[in-house]
Amino acid sequence: MSGTQPGTPAFPEAARDAVRDGTLRGNLRHATRTIRGKRARAVAELDDWAELRAAGKAIKDRTLRHLDHYLVRLERSVTAAGGTVHWAADAAEANRIVTGLVKATGEREVVKVKSMATQEIGLNEALEAEGVRAYETDLAELIVQLGRDRPSHTLVPAIHRNRGEIRDVFAREMAAWGRPAPDGLTDRPADLAEAARLHLREKFLRAGVGISGANFMVAETGTLVVVESEGNGRMCLTLPETLISVVGIEKVVPTWRDLEVFLQLLPRSSTAERMNPYTTMWTGTADGDGPRAFHLVLLDNGRTDTLADEVGRQALRCIRCSACLNVCPVYERAGGHAYGSVYPGPIGAILSPQLRGTGSAVDASLPYASSLCGACTDVCPVAIDFPEVLIHLRERVVQGGEATRNGVRVRLRPAKGHAAERAAMRAARWALDHPAALRAGQRLVSRTRRLHPARLPGPGRAWTDARELPEVPPEPFRDWWRRTRGDAR
Amino acid sequence: MRVALFVTCVNDTLYPRTGRAVVRLLERLGVEVGFPAEQSCCGQPQYNTGYRREAEPLVRRFDRAFAGYEYVVTPSGSCAAMVRDAYPRIGAEAAAEGRGTEAAEAAARAVPRTYELTEFLVDVLGVTDVGACFPHTVTYHPTCHGLRALGLGDRPRRLLSRVRGLQLRELDGAEECCGFGGTFAVKNPDVSAAMGADKARAVEATGAEAVCAVDNSCLAHIGGVLARRGSRVRAVHLAEILAATEEEPHG
Ligand code: SF4
Repeated sequence: MSGTQPGTPAFPEAARDAVRDGTLRGNLRHATRTIRGKRARAVAELDDWAELRAAGKAIKDRTLRHLDHYLVRLERSVTAAGGTVHWAADAAEANRIVTGLVKATGEREVVKVKSMATQEIGLNEALEAEGVRAYETDLAELIVQLGRDRPSHTLVPAIHRNRGEIRDVFAREMAAWGRPAPDGLTDRPADLAEAARLHLREKFLRAGVGISGANFMVAETGTLVVVESEGNGRMCLTLPETLISVVGIEKVVPTWRDLEVFLQLLPRSSTAERMNPYTTMWTGTADGDGPRAFHLVLLDNGRTDTLADEVGRQALRCIRCSACLNVCPVYERAGGHAYGSVYPGPIGAILSPQLRGTGSAVDASLPYASSLCGACTDVCPVAIDFPEVLIHLRERVVQGGEATRNGVRVRLRPAKGHAAERAAMRAARWALDHPAALRAGQRLVSRTRRLHPARLPGPGRAWTDARELPEVPPEPFRDWWRRTRGDAR
Repeated sequence: MRVALFVTCVNDTLYPRTGRAVVRLLERLGVEVGFPAEQSCCGQPQYNTGYRREAEPLVRRFDRAFAGYEYVVTPSGSCAAMVRDAYPRIGAEAAAEGRGTEAAEAAARAVPRTYELTEFLVDVLGVTDVGACFPHTVTYHPTCHGLRALGLGDRPRRLLSRVRGLQLRELDGAEECCGFGGTFAVKNPDVSAAMGADKARAVEATGAEAVCAVDNSCLAHIGGVLARRGSRVRAVHLAEILAATEEEPHG
């Protein structure tokens, strides 16, 4: 993964600002509540949701187990259909490939379908450095791009913005990027959509190169699939002469039939729709229809390393529906930016520290950005066991252990800053394994209970800043038992 | 029927009245209760923070402490979930890492005998009317571990609905995490406090006199936030409500 920017703060610090931003919290709360209510209703319509979910999980697991096989198969099918396949080990390689392909066409502008993979590798910035301008065409991405902002939600990148803010961004910025916003633009959704439509239409009709990701790739036929709601994706996928798709290697499914499962799981989990308004599928190139040249860039960028981890690899089942974000109480308060990556929320908390490693402050803090409430696991259409992976990654952070980095098995040292915690845990283990010592400690706590301050110093402050401490009772339970019942079992 | 009380370290030290309530309640229902003094912490704080190896001896201790009991009952949803979900994992990983099968065997013995209190009452004893009387308005917070890890379902509500004098008030957003999350409360204090504040507001909006749950850890957090806000709503463990009677309202 392109790595975190140096100095990206750890999650707790980044979240602090978001928690204090009342507007942001209000926007997030409203948006996530609405969508999760809708999702629950859409899912409840299907009697066989549990079976679909189990099937989705099973297909993904089987594909991941034989990923090499299916990728080679995919490459053969894509090539046979007239496309060209490129393999990119990391972000830098992927960016080099795409930039080279764009420059070879002589074009200076590209239109883009919203894509997590290209965000993950920082493609827009890489193109810009080579003098190529990338236009985002998804409405929310457009808002983010024009606002010089970062996306904060997988599916609704501008979830943190309200209508008034969007109007201001359009009125201020559109002119610098192409067609200006109409005079007297209001914040009515229809007016905002129309302004975006007029602005984008010029881009679609002019663009010689389109860049996309894909939700699925079918190994059997070499078909790529993009599902979307606005139709901008279909424009980008069909109008330009050259189409370049950058897709993570985990997005492959073996056969066309497998799509049946995912095209039910995905829309209901993400937008609470029975079916996506636009499902675009393309297989290589065809005479007289669609792009003349098609390039598929298969992106690894930490994925095979993740695959090597038996517990953590389930994160690669993710189909990016964002249902886990919408139910996550931590995401709802902290917002997407606090996760320091294009993958926010619960999936970001388990995926980023695997793709990037746990070396940076933010990556080492992400496995702790959860109360382990498990709401994410409940809604995940591919049944990722989040608490299991979070705890596994926490162990890696505090105790080190075996992991694969760049294809090599390495022994990770514990992350910095946990020495005192580790010592405390060891001491606690000893005390907890010696009930006599435990009891002496309890008695001390009980006897000194009148002396306990209402606000604690040091790490305990984190508790007493927002909460009262429970009152310490005069007699621990085990003393009461012994006093009233004797020591017998 | 020999039943051991696994009181848990938090209840032992900070909430002994919950432990006493469980004893009173079970004995009232004709159950013989034992308290093996060898018991300690279930290892949840260690395990959930990433110190699995520090939790491993506690799996073996749990097994030793409760050997010979048919049932182990605990008034803590999260500790019951720890035994049920994490013990087998700890055992399997210990074996895989070459430390023998002792922990795995201990886990295999611990899992089937360990019950959270409401599970034990409804599933094993088959009672929902425990003869309690608690003439107050109460709202119920289903804790995450009780709700999702254990799947307690409507057991706690069924028990509450048979308590004489008790008026149950619906809690808005009941199934949302309160923000405690063990070390989460300390590692992400701002987010935890924001979640706690929302929960406290929802509790207050019910107008109930008390909020109850099956886990004192979550209640310490919710109650702590309520107290800091100057609220008069009390946090009470479900066991204490079920133990209360007209003659002995507060144990
Ligand atoms: S982890 Fe699951 S719920 Fe979250 S985005 Fe991926 S598929 Fe959806």
